[in-house]
Formats: sequence, structure tokens, C-alpha cells
Amino acid sequence: MDGEKVSQQLETVGSPIIADPLITVRDCNVFYGDTHAIRNVTLDIGRNEVISLIGPSGCGKSTFLRCLNRMNDTIDSARVTGEICLDKQDIYDRKVDPVLLRARVGMVFQKPNPFPKSIYENVAYGPRIHGLARSRAELDDIVFSSLDRAGLYGEVKNRMDEPGTALSGGQQQRLCIARTIAVNPEVILMDEPCSALDPIATAKIEDLMEELSENFSIAIVTHSMQQAARVSQRTAYFHLGYLVEVGDTKTVFTNPLHRLTEDYVTGRIG
Amino acid sequence: MTMPDGTSRKTFIRTGAQTRELVEASLGARRRRELRFRLYGILAIFASVAFVVFFGYTIVKAGYPAFSQTFIQLEIGFDPAVVDPDGKRERQSLAGANYKKLVTESLLAIFPEVTDRRAKRALNGLVSSGVVYELRDMVLADPDLIGTSRKIWLPVDDEIDSYFKAASGAAQDAAAGRFKSEELEWIKRLQSQGLLELRFNRIFFTAGDSRDPEMAGILAAAKGSFFMLLVTMLLAFPAGVAAAIYLEEFAPKNRWIDLIEVNINNLAAVPSIIFGLLGLAFFINFLEMPRSAPLVGGLVLALMTLPTIIIASRSAIKAVPPSIRDAALGLGASRVQTVTHHVLPLALPGMLTGAILGMARALGETAPLLMIGMVAFVVDIPQTPLDPSTALPVQIYLWADSPERAFVERTSAAIIVLMLFLLLMNAAAVWLRNRFERRW
Repeated sequence: MDGEKVSQQLETVGSPIIADPLITVRDCNVFYGDTHAIRNVTLDIGRNEVISLIGPSGCGKSTFLRCLNRMNDTIDSARVTGEICLDKQDIYDRKVDPVLLRARVGMVFQKPNPFPKSIYENVAYGPRIHGLARSRAELDDIVFSSLDRAGLYGEVKNRMDEPGTALSGGQQQRLCIARTIAVNPEVILMDEPCSALDPIATAKIEDLMEELSENFSIAIVTHSMQQAARVSQRTAYFHLGYLVEVGDTKTVFTNPLHRLTEDYVTGRIG
Repeated sequence: MTMPDGTSRKTFIRTGAQTRELVEASLGARRRRELRFRLYGILAIFASVAFVVFFGYTIVKAGYPAFSQTFIQLEIGFDPAVVDPDGKRERQSLAGANYKKLVTESLLAIFPEVTDRRAKRALNGLVSSGVVYELRDMVLADPDLIGTSRKIWLPVDDEIDSYFKAASGAAQDAAAGRFKSEELEWIKRLQSQGLLELRFNRIFFTAGDSRDPEMAGILAAAKGSFFMLLVTMLLAFPAGVAAAIYLEEFAPKNRWIDLIEVNINNLAAVPSIIFGLLGLAFFINFLEMPRSAPLVGGLVLALMTLPTIIIASRSAIKAVPPSIRDAALGLGASRVQTVTHHVLPLALPGMLTGAILGMARALGETAPLLMIGMVAFVVDIPQTPLDPSTALPVQIYLWADSPERAFVERTSAAIIVLMLFLLLMNAAAVWLRNRFERRW
């Protein structure tokens, strides 16, 4: 069996390129100062698909995720090369305003980070700055339906004016998801959204992701291989900045092509 | 065993009992050290509290007599022949009338036996020389007083005030020693007739500076300080906050910005008199702004306070968790929106605290004001930031320099007023912080 595995090469094996992608990444490199964090990554993300990015700590999967909505712009020393397109438009093009890009590509962070404002204001903030609601009633509709889609409405409907920070960790994370979908993005990036949550809250968010994938593309970074297996259709394995293997989640976990992937999913490294 | 770097070491494992024994042996020393450390802390706190109490006690003890003043009740007859000899009630002639004569006459009514000129002059000296202005102002405010007679409480001379306040014993004997025997006789007679009385010293709070302690007040200095702080706050706070926001949120990280940062930190430590020199050279000599004006004082203090506010504001901005910025940026807020909607509201309490503490320091500043002429003797109450004025700490300095005994208590009283100002500002800082502080 060992003989069949690719073990040395660090070029991506599997199927990074797919038909009719929403996001295409070609030869992406990221540098933090002199550190080469992402090396020659080529990857497509399809429409309405959930793709998990897995790999040991420091392998660059979060960095890669943050390239997709240009959150790396906020880090002074970060430099991105290569081509990343959303709907065939290069997002690092001079003409692209990161503000519009981030309205189209939303993000949920590792630690729940609601604004220190009321629950209502947390969700209403995005639609408000982008001018998505023409009236107060419309804004109410957006806020309540977003909370509902995030599975939080029932729990908070009587406490809209309470601070978002007063919710439990799992509720806060769902509030952050509601806040993200209130802007109605095309893609949602999730950076280890469940790592600070207990299993019950995690299960709720995983259910939520399944529902959300009907309307959005989701890229999720996770340390939990069970989670990746449960929620995603495709899985990408990163190792030391290289994208080692991409494929159907089932294949990656049961019959990986690359030796490093096998070592990781069977628990020998990472 | 073999270490990762290839060297070999003896495997070192103790039993549980051995470990416990060793830890127990070290416990006593650790506890003693902890107790000793706590004791030092308590001693330090105790020493500082003791100093504060001692300081407060001496200042209040020396200063509180200044809040009352001895007044003499005189029956003043506003004789038309003296006040308004022409009978036209013209302002100018009313203002120039001989009010001293009115006082002398009413005093002579109490002491009819005094006849010779020298004694009359001594008698006049019982009452503050400033009362003529008080009588003049009364007449100017209400000319119908002319021709009537009123019982009026007027401030006495500062020496008599000291004597009257020193209730008994050695202090009173010492105060009495400064009078001639006939003067002492008069005072005692006035006292027994109940014509002398300690009353609230409104003059201290309503007048400007004066050569006569009993006519001197701090209003001019307090208003000067107020105008100055107003100018300082209006200039330094917005400029400081804007600079801090730019440096923290927008500035590129390069050598120029580092240089600016280092210089801001250095400016915070520059002796304040240097800022006074700068104010003199730039605002007064170059821009030809008026001397002794609170506007210039405020400008100088704004320059002095600016680095403090920038530093405080920057640390307040740094304390805002980056996750809040990520959240806003991730939703598509622009950088300016992120700052104004999220970072600034969260940082504002810290910025305000820093600004108010900076202002409190500016309020107590004397040295730079000496350089721009705010050390002047100012009798008139300033009405605008352009009028010549002095400031509270400068007034304290001026009074502390005066030879008159009664200025001692007024100096301390002015210190009390300054301290109250400072306490008020610090209380405002605490209140603002609690009012706007949010948890995240």
C-alpha cells in the first residue's frame, strides 16, 4: 500500500481545479516579511459547496482563508502574490475596493467577537453601513430573518436590546454568523468557528452550516477532522504552507493519495 | 538519558515523599518573604496617606480663616454735600467723590473724643482702605442712596482682622503687640459694642488681586485659569486624539513614524518652562499676540499637554481588542468606519481620563506662565481670554511672596481652591470613565 502513496513531492495532488468555480486561486504565495507562509497554492472553491481546510498548526490554512477577503491587508508586513479571482474578477486588482469584496465574502472568526452593542445593533450594523435597508421595517426584516437563519431568533427575540456580549459563547458565535449573513454575502469564510465552543454549541453550528450551504459557499478552517468529515464536501490538506492534497472529503479521509495526508488524518502528525 | 542535542544526563526522579519534604522545607521562607513584601506595601501606603493627611491638615488649618473676614458695622451717612456737591448726580463726579470722609465721619460718631489729625488718621486705619471703592460702587449702582443713612458692614484692616481672629492667648497677645495702646483701646470698645463681627469673606471669591489682603480675591485668577484650560481643552483634545488615531490606525510603520513617536514621548518629558519660552518666542514675539492673556497661556499649555494626551489616547486605542476591528472590517466597514463606529467609542473613556489628567497637570503649571507675562498683578476680573489675567498657581506664588501677614492665610486658601479644582477634575475623570466604559 505504501508504494502507491505520493510521499516526497509537495505539489498538490488530487483535484484542486473544478468545473464552474466561484473562487479561483492560482499560484498564490503569501509572505510575512521574510517568512514564506503560503507556497504556490492553486485551488478552486465551488458554488454552494462547503470546503474544509485542515492541517497542523502553523500550516497556513488561516492565512490562506484571510487572503480570500483581503483581511491580510490589515497586516503591514503581509504580501500576497499570484491571482485570486471571485467570479473571474481579480480581487487584488487595483480597481477592487476591499469594502465591496468583504461585503461579498463574509467572515466568521475563531473567537466569537460580537460588538459591545445590543444584539439588534450587532446584526443591523452590516446592512446599515452598506445601505441595504431602505426603511426601519426593512432593517427589522433583515435582522430578524438573519437571526432566524442563524438559529438564534427563538433564544433572543425578547432580549434584542441586551448587549451581544452577554450571550453564551455558542450564542455569540451564532450571533456573529447572523451578523455575517445579514449582509447577504456570496461566500462565508469560517476560521475555526467552533474551537472555543462546547460540543452542543458545535453541533448547532454544524447543522447551521449545512443549511447555509444551500445559499452560500463556505470555506471552513478546522482542527477537528470529524467536523471536516461531517460538514464538508471537499477537503484541502495544508502542510507547512503547501497545499498537499485536495479531494472529496470521503476520499481524503479514507484513501488519501499523499503520505503526509495519511499521516495527519490517521493521527501520526499534527 | 540522551537529550535532543545528543548530550547525556542522569535520569533524575524523586519519590513523592521526598518531593513533599523538600517543598515543605522551603515553605517557611516563602511565607516569610511574602509577609515581608506585604508589610513593605502597607508601610508605603501608610507613609503616603500620612503625608497627604498632614499636607491637607496644614493647608486647611492655615487657609480656612481666610474664608471669613472681620467686618465693622458703620452707620454711613451718604451726605449729599460730600458725595454729590453739584447735585447733578453725574457719574463722573459721583465716582470721584471723597468717600473716605464718609467713613471718617461715621467713625468719629463712635469715637467723639478723637480730635487731633494724627489720631484721626489712625482711626481711619481701622477700616480697610478698600472700603472707599465699595462705597463708591454702592452709590454708582444706586444713586438714590445719596441723602440717606445706612448701617453697613465694611471690612476692617487686615491687622485688626488677624487680632480678632486670634481668639485668645499668645497669638492674640502677639497680634495685639502690633497696635498702639489707643488703637487697642478702640478695638476693644468696638468689640464690646458688638460692632465687630466675623462674616463670610465674599470679597475673597468676588475680587481680583489687591495690595490690601482684606480686599484681595481669587476670582481674577480662577477665571484666568478657567479660560486657559478652556483654550487648552479645545485645542489639545481634538488634536491629540486625531494624532493618536492616525498613528495607531492609519500610519505606515516606517522610520519616519518611529521618529515622530520617539519625539512625542520626549516632548512629554520636556520641562514646562521650555514651553513657556516657546510661547514667548512664537506666540508673543512672532505672532504678536497680547501678553498676559489666557489665550496665549492656553496655547502654551495645549502644546505642553498634547504629548500626554497623545500617549494616553494611543494606549486607550491599543487596549481595544483587535477582534473588534476584525469584526468590523470583515463585515465590509471601511477603516474610517471601523475607527469611528467601534474603536473610538471604546477608547473614548481612556482618552478622556488621560486628557483630564493632562489638564489637571496644566492647571497646576506655573513656570511657562511666568515666561508669557501671566505673573502680572491683575486687579480687574478678565472677561474674555484676551484680557490680561493671571492663574491660580501664579496667584498663590504672588501671595506667598507678599509681606503682609494676612496673605499667609489667603495663600493657603487659594491652595485649597486649587486643590478643589483638581479634585473636581479628577472626580470628573473617574465619573466619565465609569459612565462610558463598556465591557467586551
